[in-house]
Order: sequence, then C-alpha cells, then structure tokens
Amino acid sequence: MFGAGGGTSSYTEVEQTDIVLLWGSNAREAHPIYFHHLLKGLGDGARMYAVDPRRTSSAKFADAWLGLNVGTDIALANAVGREIIAAGLHDTDFIAHSTQGFDDYKAAVEQYTLDRAEEITGVPGHAIAEMAHDYATADTAQILWTLGITEHHNAVENVLSLCNLALLTGHVGRWGSGLVPLRGQNNVQGGGDMGALPNKFPGFQDVEDPVSLAKFETAYNMSLPDKAGLHLTLMFEAMEQGAIKGLYVIGENPADSEADVAHARKLLDGLDILVVQDILMTRTAQMADVVLPAAVGWAESEGTVTSSERRVQRVRAAVSPPGEARGDTDIIGDLAKRLGVDWGDPTPQDLWDELRSLSPMHAGMSWDRLESERGLQWPCRDEDDPGSIFLHSWLWADDLEGRDPAPFSVCHHEGPKEQLSDEFPLRLTTGRALDSYNTGVQSGGFASPIRYGDGVDMNPADAEQLGISDGDRVRMCSPRGSVETCVRIQPDIPRGLTFTTFHFPELVDINQLTNPEWDLRSGTAEFKAAAVRIERLASTRVNAPVPDVDSATEFADG
Amino acid sequence: MTTTEVSVNLTIDGQAVSVPEGTSIHMACESAGTPTPTLCWAENLTPVNACRVCVVEVEGSRALVPSCARAVEDQMVVQTDSPRVRHSRKMVLEFLGSSVDLSQATDLAEWMRHYGADPDRYDQPDLPAERISEEPKIQDDLYIRDYDKCVLCYKCVEACGDDAQYTFAIAVSGRGFDARISTEFDTVLPDSACVYCGNCIGVCPTGAIQFKTEFDMRSAGEWRPDEQEVTTTVCSFCGVGCNLELHTQDDQIVKVTSPADHSVTHGHLCIKGRFGWQYVQPPTRR
Amino acid sequence: MADLFIGDDTADEIEIAAVAAAVGTPTAVVRESERLVYGGIHRRRDHRHLLLPALHGLQNAKGWISPGGLNHVCEVLQVPPAEAYGVATFYEMFRLDEPELGPETTHVTHVCVDAACQIAGNEELIAEFEARGAHVHRSPCLGQCERAPAQFHQGIGRPDSVPADAVEADTVPADAGPADTVPADAVEADAGPADTVPADAVEADSVPADAVEVAVKIPQQGGPSLRLLRNVGVVDPTSLRAYRANGGYRALARAIEMGPVAVCTAVADSGLSGRGGAAFPTGIKWRAVAAEQGRPKHVVANCDESEPGTFKDRVVMEQDPFAVIESLTLAGFATGAENGWIYIRGEYPLATARLRNAVGQAREAGLLGDDAAGSGHSFDIEIRRGAGAYICGEETALFASLEGFRGEPRSKPPFPTTHGLFSEPTAINNPETLINTLDIVLNGAEDYRSRGTERSPGTKLLCLSGRVSKPGLYEVEFGTTLGEVLELAGPLTGSGTLAAVLMGGAAGSFVGPDALDMPLTLEDTRERGTTLGSGVVMAFTDEIDMVAVAVRIAEFFRNESCGQCVPCRVGTVRQHETMVQIQAKGSLSAQRRSLVDDIAEVMVDASICGLGHTAASAINSAIALGLLPEGGHDDDH
Repeated sequence: MFGAGGGTSSYTEVEQTDIVLLWGSNAREAHPIYFHHLLKGLGDGARMYAVDPRRTSSAKFADAWLGLNVGTDIALANAVGREIIAAGLHDTDFIAHSTQGFDDYKAAVEQYTLDRAEEITGVPGHAIAEMAHDYATADTAQILWTLGITEHHNAVENVLSLCNLALLTGHVGRWGSGLVPLRGQNNVQGGGDMGALPNKFPGFQDVEDPVSLAKFETAYNMSLPDKAGLHLTLMFEAMEQGAIKGLYVIGENPADSEADVAHARKLLDGLDILVVQDILMTRTAQMADVVLPAAVGWAESEGTVTSSERRVQRVRAAVSPPGEARGDTDIIGDLAKRLGVDWGDPTPQDLWDELRSLSPMHAGMSWDRLESERGLQWPCRDEDDPGSIFLHSWLWADDLEGRDPAPFSVCHHEGPKEQLSDEFPLRLTTGRALDSYNTGVQSGGFASPIRYGDGVDMNPADAEQLGISDGDRVRMCSPRGSVETCVRIQPDIPRGLTFTTFHFPELVDINQLTNPEWDLRSGTAEFKAAAVRIERLASTRVNAPVPDVDSATEFADG
Repeated sequence: MTTTEVSVNLTIDGQAVSVPEGTSIHMACESAGTPTPTLCWAENLTPVNACRVCVVEVEGSRALVPSCARAVEDQMVVQTDSPRVRHSRKMVLEFLGSSVDLSQATDLAEWMRHYGADPDRYDQPDLPAERISEEPKIQDDLYIRDYDKCVLCYKCVEACGDDAQYTFAIAVSGRGFDARISTEFDTVLPDSACVYCGNCIGVCPTGAIQFKTEFDMRSAGEWRPDEQEVTTTVCSFCGVGCNLELHTQDDQIVKVTSPADHSVTHGHLCIKGRFGWQYVQPPTRR
Repeated sequence: MADLFIGDDTADEIEIAAVAAAVGTPTAVVRESERLVYGGIHRRRDHRHLLLPALHGLQNAKGWISPGGLNHVCEVLQVPPAEAYGVATFYEMFRLDEPELGPETTHVTHVCVDAACQIAGNEELIAEFEARGAHVHRSPCLGQCERAPAQFHQGIGRPDSVPADAVEADTVPADAGPADTVPADAVEADAGPADTVPADAVEADSVPADAVEVAVKIPQQGGPSLRLLRNVGVVDPTSLRAYRANGGYRALARAIEMGPVAVCTAVADSGLSGRGGAAFPTGIKWRAVAAEQGRPKHVVANCDESEPGTFKDRVVMEQDPFAVIESLTLAGFATGAENGWIYIRGEYPLATARLRNAVGQAREAGLLGDDAAGSGHSFDIEIRRGAGAYICGEETALFASLEGFRGEPRSKPPFPTTHGLFSEPTAINNPETLINTLDIVLNGAEDYRSRGTERSPGTKLLCLSGRVSKPGLYEVEFGTTLGEVLELAGPLTGSGTLAAVLMGGAAGSFVGPDALDMPLTLEDTRERGTTLGSGVVMAFTDEIDMVAVAVRIAEFFRNESCGQCVPCRVGTVRQHETMVQIQAKGSLSAQRRSLVDDIAEVMVDASICGLGHTAASAINSAIALGLLPEGGHDDDH
C-alpha cells in the first residue's frame, strides 16, 4: 500500500490502540502470538469489531461480530466509508493535505447506503454504522486482515477498499493507527522483500524501472529481463498453453495447495521436467523427475526471515540435516555451477551483505546488528537508523517528504465469481485451524490432542433441511469435482455457509472444489468462495477421522 | 510512546542505588548486584507475590515486603539480608521442601543451602509432616502434570489466562493446603479448554507441568541437561516471527522454549511453535 | 475450538430457573441475529460479578453445583469453566460433588465447631442430629456465640435459615424482591419445618409487623447509655416508618445540609477508627476516596463478620438494619461514591433479609436512587452474600470475592482508597464503624469525643461469650475495664474459676485473670500485648481443655487459609500439626516450641494479609500464659 508491501504497524502498537477492525482474519488460530498482542490491547480497554463470514474463535473476543456474506467486503467497506462521510466524521484536514482522489471516492461510495449494504452483506445496517463511528472517532485504530481479504478474485481491490478507510480518517502513518496484513508463512514477507516477486528486485525496486534495472545489471554484471515475470497463477496458465515445460519448485506443494487441484496436478504431470527441492516428500515431490532434498531453513541452516511487522530476524542451525539434504543456498549455488556460472561459496552473511548493498531499506541492517539487536524492522537505511516501528509517517509531514499524496481508490462490489445456483446452493469457504498448517506436511508430525480433523462445518438449519446429522458422511461437490467428508454441525456458522480447513488433503482433497478464478494483480486464487452442493451418503455414520502421526508420517515419507 | 524517565534513589543493604521510577525492588536489587531468590515471579507475567521467597525488609514497613511486586520509592531503605529476611526466606524454602518435591527446581537447592533450610525438621517419627501426594497426570502425548512438584506459584494460571493466552483452561481450585491447579471438575486436559500452547510449561519453575518428551526422557534416564545446547531461531509456521529456543541433545531437538525478554513472543508460543518441530526429526525425515 | 470451552454436561430445568432467578438475563453475549453477535472481553468482565450469586442459586436449588449447572452459568455469564470451578471450590457453602441426600432433604445442618460452641456442648448436639439422620456439616464460627452451640440450616430448594431466628421470621415481608437486583439471592429467614423449630412459630406469619411484641435481643436493651444499640429491641427493624419515627434519617439529612467536606471533617475530628480490628482512622479513609475524581467510586459495608467469637454486626444488621443503610448512604454522600455494596456472610439469613427489606423500603421512599434523599447525589446499594470464607472479611479478598473471583487478598499498596472494588476508589467499613458516623454527624465530633478516652473516643460493641451467664452484645465506653465488662455479663457459669479471656477472637490473643484491670482501649490493649480486635471477649474457666481449644484454633486457620502465599498455606498446617502433637504427647517439647516460634515469625513477617499475620497470635499467647503444657522431649513416648 502506497509503496513498499508491508504492514504499517508493529505488534506493540496493537497493544495500545483504541479500536481494532479484524477483517477476514482468524488470527487467534492462524497467528496466535500476534493475537496475544491484540489481546493485551483488548485487556487494556481496546474494542474490536470482527468482520468475517464465520464467528471464528477470534471473533468471539470481539465486542461485535459482523457476519458478512463471503466476498462482500468491498460493499461493507464502502458503506463504512459512506457512513463516516455522511456523519461528517472524516478527517478533512488529513484528506486535503495527504490524499488525492477523495471526491471520486466520495461519489463512488454514495450508492453504498446502510440499507443497500445490509442487503448485500447480510450485516444489519446499524452495526455497520456503529463500526464506522467507532473507527472514525477513535484516537487510534487499526485494520488487520489476512487471507479472508486476499484469497479472492478481486484481492487487491479488497485491500484498497480498506486502505480507503484509513485515508478517510487519518488512521495510518502514526503510532497506534495502521493497516496490518498478517503474513501466513514465516517468510512470505521476506520473500517479497528479497525480490521473490515477478515484478520486483530486492527491496521492492521495480524491474521495469530503468534506474533499478541498471543498478542490478551493474551489480550482477549481466543483462536482466526488463519486463515483469510470471506469478504462480500465470505460470500454471503458461503450462496450460505449453509455454512452460519445466518447473523448479522450491518449498511449495502446489499438487495439494492449488485451487482446482485436480487440474493443477494434470498440468504438473504434463511438464517435460519437474524439479522439486523440499525438506519432505510432499505430493508434489512425489511427482517430480528430480528431487533435491533440502535442509530445514529454520532449524538446519543459517539465514534470515522477515515477519509481519517487517522485522528481519536470524534463523540458525540447531541440528544437522539428515542424509543428503543440503541448505537451499548450497543447492542453488551448485545448480548454478552445473549451469556454468560459479558464484563461489558465499556464506549467509556474504549474501546478506550483497543484499544490503543493493536494497536501501535493508542497508542499515548489518549482520552484527541483526545478532545483537535481535532483529530490525525495515526500512533501516543506515547503521545509525534504529529501524521503523511504523510506516508512512510522511503522510503527516508538512511537505509529505516530497511525495505525491496517497490516492483513494475507487472499488466496487462485485461478489464472488462463482454465484450460488440451484445446483450448487451452498457457499464453501476454507481456512486454518490452530494446530495445523497448510497442507499438513509439517504440522502432521506431532500428536495434537486438539486436531480438528477433516470435515465440513454446517449450520444446524441447513443440515436439518438436508436431513444430515452431526457426524454424517457426505459428498460435497463443486463444478470442478467432489470429495467425501463428514459434517460437523456448528451453530456459529451462518445459514448458507460451509467451512472446512485444507490441512488434510490425504483425507479430503478439498482443493478439488476450490475456485481457481484469480486476481489479475496479485495472482491469488479465490480459495475463499466456491459454490457447492452437499449430499448425505447412505453409509452409516462415523466419527470424523483424525489423522494420527503415523499416517501423516507415512504420507510424508511417501 | 516515549516518556522521560524519572530516577528514584534508594539504598539497598547500605548501597546507594538509582533506578527508573516504577522499577520493582526486585529489579533494583538485581541492578545493584544483589540476586534475589524467586519462584512466582517472571519477567513476562504480572507479579502475584504468592511465594514470598523474595521478601525484603523495608524501613518503616511493619511486615516484610515482596520485592517482586513493590515499586521502589524515593529514599527507600531496603535490607535484603537482615535476620528477619533470612528467617522468612529460610522458612518459606523449608515449608516448600517439606510439602512438595523440589528435585527439578534446580535454583532452589542452592538457595536452600544458602539459607540453611532444613525441610526434614517438620517430620516426627510418629507424626510425619503432611506432603502433597499426587500421581502424575498423563492424559495426552504432549503434556504431563505432576502436582507433587507444584508450589502453587500461579504462573501457569497466569500464562494460560490474561497474562498471555486468555484460554483459562486451568485455575486454582480448592483452598489452603488443599488448593490445586485444576481444570473444571478435574476433567482430563484433552476434554478441557486447553489448546496446548505449552505456555504453562514454559513458566513452570519446578517441573510440575512438563513436556511429555522431557518426562519420558527423564523417566528413561536419558535427560542430560548438561549436554544440551540452546539455539535461537524463528518459527516457520506463520508470519509472526516468533523466536524459538531449540534445546538439542545428541543432534536432536528435545524441547522448545522462547525467550521471555523478546518483544515478539514475551516467551509465549502456540501449539505449532511449541510442538510442530517434530517433523524435522525421525521418523519423518530420516 | 472456541476459547470459552464448555463441556457436554447440561443443566436441568430447575438449575436453569435458579440461575435465571439469581442473575436475571445477563447480556454477556447478545446474539442479535445470525449475522451480528455482541460479546467479547469487556462484556465478560462486566458480568463476572454475577458469578457468586449464580453459584448460590445452583447450590440452593440442588444442594450442590453440578457440572451441567456450572456449564450453564459459564455459558450465561461467559466465565471460563475452570475459573468458575476454582471460585466455587473456594467457598465452604458450595459443594461440587453430589451429596447423598434423600429427595425429602430440605437442608444441611451446619453446627459450629469453634471455641464458644466447642465449650458449650456442640459435639453432643452434632451427635444428636446425626442420630436423627440429619445431614450435618461441621462449620467454622456461625456468629451466634451468645446462643452456643450454634446452628445454621443451609436450605435445598428452600431458603437458608437459622432456627433461633424463627420467632422473628414473621417480621420480614414475604416479598423482598424489589429490594435488590438479584432477587433469588434473597434468603428470607423463613425457617419452615426445621427440626428444632416449634410448630407454632410459623403462625407468626400473619402478625402485622408493627404489632410484633419485641423480644429481648441484647442484655442492655433500651438502656439510656446506649448510643449504637439504642434502637435494638426498641424499634421495629422491618419498618422504615418506625425507624424514622425514632430519629432515623435525621443524620443523613443533617449531612446533606453540611455537605461532603464538612461530613468528612466531622468524622475525622471525632477520632473514629475502624472497628474491624485494624483501627484505621475512618475520616482519613473517607477523605482519600472523596479526593479521587474521574472514576466510579464505591462504598462497601463489610458485613462478612466471620471472626470466631464475633456477632456484633449480625445483631446490628438484624435489629437496626436501617441504620446500616442510612450510614452507608451517608458514606456514599461524603465520599462522592455512587455505588454502595453490602457484602454479607452467607450464614446470616435473617440479617440479609432485614437489610434487603430495608434497602427496598429506602429505595421506595427515595432515600436511595437518583437524587438519594434529595441530596442531588445518585446512590444505590446492592447486597451480595458471601459463601463461607473467613478470608473474605479481609477487605481486598472481599473485593475479589464480590467481583466474582476467588476470595484471595491482594497486595497493598495500592490501597482500596485508590484501587478497591473493580480497582476503583473504595471506602470499606463494617457496620459498627458505619453506624458511629450517624451519631457523629448528628451531635458533632466534640460530643462524640466526650465518651471514651482521648485516643479511643466513643463507645465499643463487645461480644461476650464463653462461660458467662449473660452472653450477648454489649455497648460500653472505651476505657471500661475488662473486669467491669465481665461483671456486666454476670457470674461465670460452671464450677471453675476464670483461667483466660480470649480477646479479639481467633486472630486475637488470650489474657489471664491478671488483665481484669485492663481498660479496654486501643492504646491499653496494645500496650498489654493484646487487642480489642472485633470486640470478642470470651471467658474460659480452668475446667476447660485448653489444648483442645488451641488445636481447634490452629485447625481454623489451616482450614481458612486461602492458600495463596506459602507462609500461611504451609505455616498454618505445620502449626496445626504441632498442636495435634501436643494433644497426642501431652506436652510441648522444647524443640517443638522453637518450631512454633519459627512458624509464627514467618507467618507474621511474610504472609500477604492479616489472616497469616495473626494466625499464630492466639496460640502464642496461650503458650505464654502457660495454658498449654510444656516440657518433655520429642523422643519421649
């Protein structure tokens, strides 16, 4: 948002903020230790609104839970914006000084009255107004979100519609107020920081910017592509079109994790060569022509990762990698040698110093400082820079530090790509459970007493209508496929909605159902909104199977 | 965000000390180089001042004062080694030693020697002093609870409750010598609110709550703390960036903790960070 | 995976109704629609203080708190079950295991086992009850020492009662409902078919309140010198009209004329100090709370009278409840507190009913509520019952209990005047202290100081019990000697001679016959190494087995220690073990004697609260007076 991609605020700030909008995030389970900071804030008097189709375990800590229809976030955000403006609670000085495009925004949100928003979102209009007023009148307020916002076909617009609210009220660029996307994996932020994006060099420097390009070409002493590459979703499209014939997968398990996974597997099968570098024999690795066994990044090798508060921290080797497993940088370096380029044998610190020389926002983070200060938050431009607790303080500078005012974005409600129909009348959304992680490859390794297991959550009224009892086996179908699972009747899930985790692909191959429609700008697929049908299976009831350690292990061992 | 620090001047055992306003006597003692024994205090928890082993004598105060919970005041005169202080510390250690198993509370043995505590003097041949007597509770694959070792310091309750986790799976039940840490109706942990974050274990000073891995290794005589190394790294399970301390023995991870003084975790983890490491090792990866 | 995890056990209809009656319809969670739920931490916190009333409701409905009942309360109030269980198991009056009671069982009979009853044949009474198949619970002091051995009936599906109160039951309006926001908490002193109640007692139900013939409540009843007890036995305790006709509410009217500052000044000038034992100056306390601005403030009447041997506040609350209400209102006015609370021990059903009735009548008359008594100040009172925990008489433990937590004391500082109930500024006084302020405001500090001594002005309520022929509540000027007081209570009973007097209760100390000349003032008792404490004066003769008394006192502290701090939790056990040892061996060896001293020193020095600080006091004094046999050796058998 407004430049570098990172959460604006530090964890300590949420301990002292006044109002929190937790939007499309079940941080209690997906980011438990961040939630500790949030709980400290609530304990000290902060109030929280949770916006989520489900009344999640996070939402139960909220002063109010607003259960919107899946994919209606923009309508809700725009209604909040309209209400703030209508009540005269927007920060006119901040808007005039630090933003642009307000008039267009105001005109665009005009149609999102509380009534209309209630109709679209299902959330009572008065609750939308309460949230709008509390957010606008708070001294400090934060909006937090995760994949409930971004795993949609219009992910970027969803995010921008929330950024608009911060610009409207001046809740950004100062202590305690901010916009905080929580990162789902330990180095999603770091991957982006390091340039593992198709359009960025390290430090969010654009590949299509001639100045940046020249800098990196000089540093690497070679010519570099001057056009953005393909993100994951486009790669699959390119595979479909035959433009990509070989794939080198490092630490990703697309054969389980892609939306419409059956189709994704077909494409992976059709490659001329699939190389997988991973710590475990994932389903993708089992499909590979070559498997490069890797050391565990956080326990068997040295390096850094970056957290959701932009904190760069050291990871260290505590145990030796097993067998022939080697560190990622060793493998990549050797691969380069085989391909005819000798990068030498750089140490992690050598690589880090190279990064610092090229990425201004990391320049001040010496290896020694990362050790002694136990992590630093970017931007950290020189060795005297303590790092940045929050971003965008320039919005409050008299001269905006020479930057252009931050733009409002006009976003309109569109809804999920896949509409409900008579054939597929229920909405399916997916998410995480506390003790599990992604496709379960890593989290299946221990005997959790609270493992949720597979199964689909359903409202009691829906279940009754379908003649389904708690624990019944069912078939769940979307336009792309079908899976068998069991039903968990859950009063906290609204009618018309169903929910399941994606942690147990070996039991329920849920991504056979999810929708691969994706966001043009971010490449994220619409995991959060598929249309499904649920049918009771004739077989007798059984309890939800819980995978034990052995079966997860077997799978991982292949 | 930042406040100007006001200094407070006091004397500790005759030595002039200046510390920021709001500092506890306990921390002031530490900064003056006067170590203070403590059981129920931890830097990442609200002081409950229940154990009373950290008491000091403060001039003008009738009773002794818990140094962990009392903030310094200007011109305060503190004695940490007066006869009264020595007596109370000795007695508290004796009381605990006479009631529970302190064998895994490693710091305490040294303090007990220091103060000359003799827990056995409460036993009479025909009238043994009453002790806490409980069988270890082994109800799942992650935790054990052995309340024979519990000194009722409240740390686990605080970590499970509003000092960190807000799960409230355990609380103190009963009263007096019969008080115990318990779930509702002593229901087994897997049927309780417990989410297995392990934060109770992280703060337990006596081994009354333990990782099952450690318990099993101890039972098998394989737990060798002297040979263990601790490496700090970052958890891989979400993007929060929790620091993990990997305790390793024989090139294997045997326990995971988190540094209490780190701004991200304050020593607390979730079930994934605490237990999710197991896939790194056999049988998954070897 | 919800954080508020509620197990599978469910409540039955009786339990659900009992909880609803106790706490109404709480809004800890409001499910407005399938898409909008209000809840969260703040609502949970706001409702937590209803936990104790809800638990009372369950206990009373079934005679125990079942897992399903507890789950229901947790759901309704959004309290984590482990915490609710921790709270429930803290209190003597709650049980968490299903008792073996027949369906006709209407109550459990609590019989007191503390000193005054111990020496008055309580074991015989217990044996008698048990022989008749009654369910008996051996209870710590029930606060009825003047009618030892005391009993209390904890009702099941019916209100609690005290058999001795039955003759008064009539005087309480049957419907005390509007008197409080927690209706089912009401425990009318309806004794019903209790086994010791004469059948004709219930007939009194039909007698109009004003027409009741007043029985003798206190030995000095109607005496001209009485200040604090002048209404007792003279003015109908159930009638606001009667109270006002006898000068009631004149003090509050006078206070409103004077204004809060002048009231605090008068109270400070009077030299009034707290009558619970700590003797803290009341005026200083009130001024400190009055000075706090910008936060809600509270005044609390500490009616959790539980010190063994003490029953003074019970008599005041039962016989002059409007005085307690008036003086608490006055305290609220003087300190600027809008919230008045009465925390009364659970074993006082008649006092509870009388106070409830008084609050109801005062509210109806506009003496409570917005613009209370025309003061322009909003003030109202809520009544809460304790559930059997001596520690809850300690002010910070009382706050914790009232807030719905375990009644564990909190470290001071901070003090209640800044961080009291709900961590807000609070003035807390017991009824005796409170009713003194009526006299002070009406007649002025100077007049007040004309009684008593310079350093102990005013009069003092004393609870006379033990081997005296006229046990009961007495009011004397400070400075009256112990001998004079004992004389008031008449000759000793039995054939022995005076061996010791327990001053101030279990937390106080024994004095010998040589102390009869001791003037009863704060300064003189302190000088003689004893205390007035809560006003207990309990006489023991040389016929009494003092070792047994000492064992029981030690057991009392062991049972009542909350367990929070090590010195008290373990120290009280080790002390009790030593007393048991004396009993077993016949004497206290020199080694054990030094152990007793070591235990006492750490409890005094390092305990969190007054319970630990005083737990060794009576036993030490008994040893010092030679009441316990010394000698021998540990190895002697």
